[in-house]
Amino acid sequence: MRRIGVDVGGTNTDAVLLEDGAVIHAVKTPTSPDVTTGIVTAIDELSRCLGITSGVIDAVVIGTTHFVNAVVQRRELARVAAVRIGLPAAASLPPFCDWPLDLAERVRGGVFMLEGGHDYDGRPIVPFDEAGMRRIAQQICESGIHAVAVAAIFSPLDPSGEERARAILAEECPDATVTASHQLARIGLLERENAALLNAALIDVAKATVAGFTAAIEASGIAAPLYLTQNDGTVMPAAMAAALPVLSFASGATNSMRGAAFLSGLADAMVIDVGGTSTDVGQLRNGFPREANSVVEIGGVRTLFRMPDLLSIGLGGGSLVQADPLAVGPESIGYRLIDESRVFGGDTVTATDIAVAAGLARIGDGRAIADLSRDLVRRALAKTHGMIEDAVDRMKTDARDLPLIAVGGGAFLVPDRVAGISQVIRVPHGGCANAVGAAIAQISGETDQIYRDLSREEAISAGEAQAGERAVAAGADRANLSTVDVEDMPLAYLPGNALRVRVRVVGEMASRRNQLGSSSVSQ
Amino acid sequence: MTPLTLDDIEALAVGSWILGTGGGGSPYLGLLNMRRLYAEGHRVFLLSPVALADEDCVAVVSNMGAPLVGQERLADSRNIARAVEIQEGLLGAKFRAVMPLEIGGGNSIQPLMAGAHLRLPIVDADTMGRAYPEAQMTSVAVGELRPYPCVLYDPRGIEAVVTKVPSWRWMERVSRKICVEFGSIASTCKAPRTGREVKDWGIHFTVSKAIGLGRRVREAQRRHDDPIAAILDEGLGKLLFHGKVVDVARRTTEGYLRGRVTIEGLDNDRGSRVEIAFQNEWVVAWRDNAPLVMSPDLICVLDSVSGEAFGTETIGYGRRVSVIALPAPPVFLTPKGLEHVGPRAFGYDLDFHSVFESA
Repeated sequence: MRRIGVDVGGTNTDAVLLEDGAVIHAVKTPTSPDVTTGIVTAIDELSRCLGITSGVIDAVVIGTTHFVNAVVQRRELARVAAVRIGLPAAASLPPFCDWPLDLAERVRGGVFMLEGGHDYDGRPIVPFDEAGMRRIAQQICESGIHAVAVAAIFSPLDPSGEERARAILAEECPDATVTASHQLARIGLLERENAALLNAALIDVAKATVAGFTAAIEASGIAAPLYLTQNDGTVMPAAMAAALPVLSFASGATNSMRGAAFLSGLADAMVIDVGGTSTDVGQLRNGFPREANSVVEIGGVRTLFRMPDLLSIGLGGGSLVQADPLAVGPESIGYRLIDESRVFGGDTVTATDIAVAAGLARIGDGRAIADLSRDLVRRALAKTHGMIEDAVDRMKTDARDLPLIAVGGGAFLVPDRVAGISQVIRVPHGGCANAVGAAIAQISGETDQIYRDLSREEAISAGEAQAGERAVAAGADRANLSTVDVEDMPLAYLPGNALRVRVRVVGEMASRRNQLGSSSVSQ
Repeated sequence: MTPLTLDDIEALAVGSWILGTGGGGSPYLGLLNMRRLYAEGHRVFLLSPVALADEDCVAVVSNMGAPLVGQERLADSRNIARAVEIQEGLLGAKFRAVMPLEIGGGNSIQPLMAGAHLRLPIVDADTMGRAYPEAQMTSVAVGELRPYPCVLYDPRGIEAVVTKVPSWRWMERVSRKICVEFGSIASTCKAPRTGREVKDWGIHFTVSKAIGLGRRVREAQRRHDDPIAAILDEGLGKLLFHGKVVDVARRTTEGYLRGRVTIEGLDNDRGSRVEIAFQNEWVVAWRDNAPLVMSPDLICVLDSVSGEAFGTETIGYGRRVSVIALPAPPVFLTPKGLEHVGPRAFGYDLDFHSVFESA
């Protein structure tokens, strides 16, 4: 298997070639304003070094923050018609009710509510209002809005209402692109509906961006399927990413944690990614980032996305160092490090200069910092180490000592001994851990359901089977599926031993030969 | 009567989640309803219980069912108002005011929604001083006041009334069955109370107390002060333990969420561990196997940094928490009160000992 992983960060676009589980080559190039050019440049540079286009590439995997930035920066968003299926319940809290006003004004393109939806036990609340849905579809068609989000009460348990709405929209309003909330899973109507609304708002930009990525890959002369990384550190086929852009909201940080797991061979460890401006700390469990279990706000909108639980602090290789009062960060010179820091001939003292003076890194011209006072170096280093130690301790959830994998361009700032840490591990290619994380390309499937009158074991295996089918449908190899996350939650006040089961299953990407023989792969 | 500002209601949502002692469901959806109602021009007023005339009629309201179902069917402000109207029809008299059944969690906001629609003030009192899982765990049940009639409403147009039962336990059993048929969620208006009954058996000034707690937490968050210290000061509480959650075991028995959370000590508590048993709400805590604190003392597990409460359904591994106790309403400290809500009412063979007795 040969795969290319690309991580598009704010400063750098990194690309790596992975072959049979080993990193063959890694490059770092500046990110371009249009993103696509930077990707072409990075892949070209990778090809130039290796001539890789001559061999077969099995997959190209891209990690990007483009979609989440579109929401945060309120740009390139489509107007969305919201369809809520669930009357007479939930009527006083219509779609968009908890959005920031500016974003709601920009995105809201009609709010429609009709009868339907289900109860927790699968019974319909009331019958689905077919005629009402047809009238709504006609109205949406006449309004000229083409992005539609549909959310029904308890649709993760029974998606039939949302599916029926989609079918009617296809008949009455064939130009509409429909996001159904159950595709984005999870119980919690407002948060799930918000995810569907955001997704619908991003439909145009997602189609254009994924088409741009596809063109960039083709321009590089590589004939390989394209995947995008998801929030949870797994990947999805490009066609799915174009339809469900919110699933790729998360960050290079997820990829760097996955990359750290891969490069170190460790599945349970703490990870610290020290960049130019900030440092992210998280914890790996079974090779995946531990997820945040609270509500995640995206651009001010409450959602329940799968996001890694990360602590970010304002510390990096470019962090400004001040002597009195002693301070390291949070201000940073970022990508100007190679012009303005002392070791590169500038006159700004950064954390990198301190590390070079202390003999922890060999970067630039070490003689340029000979005049730094030993006392300042000692104190600034102690401060930096203290910040790192505190961040690691805050994110560590096991009482036992764990290894700490130090990655990122500023990993030299991490001390060799950290309280609560058994060993600090530094890995080759750690500077490009994020692109490596993108390249390792596992595929996940998830389910979140309420089961009644089953034993706990039966309910969990039912959940595992369903999550496995979803992983296979997304392109995973059925032969090596494994369960990485199980959460079961008995439901208070409900009879029949009701159990909410959430399961996540991952598998290796099915090889292309196998994929040709499979009808379930959408690529 | 005191007008409630939207800021008061935002504070109420934070404070009532703390007084929920792990249960009661998040007040977020109720708060959203109130933001909308205030934007539409509705206002609600707080009425002191001592200002009630003896013969006034007071509606006692709550949303009944599973908080998780509430996350899908959401809280619709008109449903609880409808339940009050049905009860008023049975009563053949007008209500003077609306009162929360429980101040803990989302049910603290239900009377405000009813009050906004029906233009009725909110009595500054409740019947639990916190959240409890069952109908007989109230001050009015301790006082053996009449448990019926109870109205249950569903927005499909289902209106049920439990007209007569011999005890609060029967009210719990029968109304719970109806609630489950509704989809494990119902807007309920409990047995009406007279002004005299509220003055004698209500737990007074708990709405103000929740608002006060919430306001102190929000202030501390804004100023980057210690919100835990603010809660202890405002609620006359005791800090019992500071640590990190290392295990959560949950199971369901008889339709309740039961389980245990284990917290390993940090800082001054390093080397010690605390276990807390819960039945929807936190019930009993042990420190290194010795009983530390138990119901009816209020056990609150709070985020050490933000001061916000953790629920028994949402608490997870690795959370840094402060365990505190707040004083129980005196009505639950009597032998009769302890029969209803003491440790034995939850199946723990322990003699009640309050952490506030030794102080």
